[in-house]
Amino acid sequence: MTRGTIIIDQERCKGCGLCPIMCPQGVIALNEKILNSHGYHPAALVDPEGACTGCAVCALICPDVCITVYREAKVGNKNDQRTA
Amino acid sequence: MDSKDSLVCGIEGMELVYGRPQSLTEMHTHYCPGCTHGIAHRLVAEALDELGLREQTILVAPVGCSVFIYEYINADSCEAPHGRAPAMATGIKRTQPNKTVITYQGDGDLVSIGASEIFHAAARGEHITVFFVNNAIYGMTGGQMAPTSLPGQHTSSSLDGRSTERTGFPIRMSEVLAQLDGSAYIVRRSLHDVTNIRKAKKSILTALKVQQAGLGFSMVELLSTCPTNWGISPEQALTWVKDNMLPFYPVGDYKVTEAVKGL
Repeated sequence: MTRGTIIIDQERCKGCGLCPIMCPQGVIALNEKILNSHGYHPAALVDPEGACTGCAVCALICPDVCITVYREAKVGNKNDQRTA
Repeated sequence: MDSKDSLVCGIEGMELVYGRPQSLTEMHTHYCPGCTHGIAHRLVAEALDELGLREQTILVAPVGCSVFIYEYINADSCEAPHGRAPAMATGIKRTQPNKTVITYQGDGDLVSIGASEIFHAAARGEHITVFFVNNAIYGMTGGQMAPTSLPGQHTSSSLDGRSTERTGFPIRMSEVLAQLDGSAYIVRRSLHDVTNIRKAKKSILTALKVQQAGLGFSMVELLSTCPTNWGISPEQALTWVKDNMLPFYPVGDYKVTEAVKGL
């Protein structure tokens, strides 16, 4: 079940490739099929099995602040307190 | 924008965990891919948001890659001549003591041409906060050797590696400034991984609180990357910081006065 998800502002992304290597679940990859208007291959969430936990590690390492992180709304879930 | 809107509609039942801080403008930065200036900007913006300081902050921009920070941080700003940001910040803070005055400087700006200004601002105990981004090279001008370049480091003006016989040794500015009685809070942090980024955020918050409480001069040094001028990928640059910069510039608290500990 999906516990979290991210939205990447692909126009702002410079394709530096730091979020794919930092993602603990390995669900982010550079999209080699598209170019944004600056000429970069932007990062994209590739998560068909819903493995993203919304841990926000990608957003913390992103130098261009293009990742917004969402997490399943659940009160009192201890697993969700490890990042904030 | 349509695709983004449809995604937002698709995440019902989700709560926002991490978003763009309000103190950052919408402008796209001019930094190279993987440059950690963007992370440093974000941490400063988040700290201004969390402390509610955006409307009362005056930011003094440096010369160097971060020269356009006034376009990216949504606070009142002015641009100082090269290295003179602490001097300008001194004047602003003394005439407007109720404002939060911060400078954001690179290593070429702060350690080289601005060494005198930062040294005396710290010695006077000016109530300003300095964010010092150290990437051991001159970025904007094309990757020349900086006073912080490591021994043996290859730059465009030290092609065979920095020779300590010819050009001396790098300066550890945090350790130097911590020796001065005027400084209240001097720490070094790194931006090479998520754990250290979280620690850097806490230190930036503390440094701003030091100024708010009027405890003296505060500075946070942030070890940063320059993938373009180091000639390596962004991923390798993070590893380079860990393997080469951290042994020479250890992260740590170099000065935390008793009054700061009580904050």
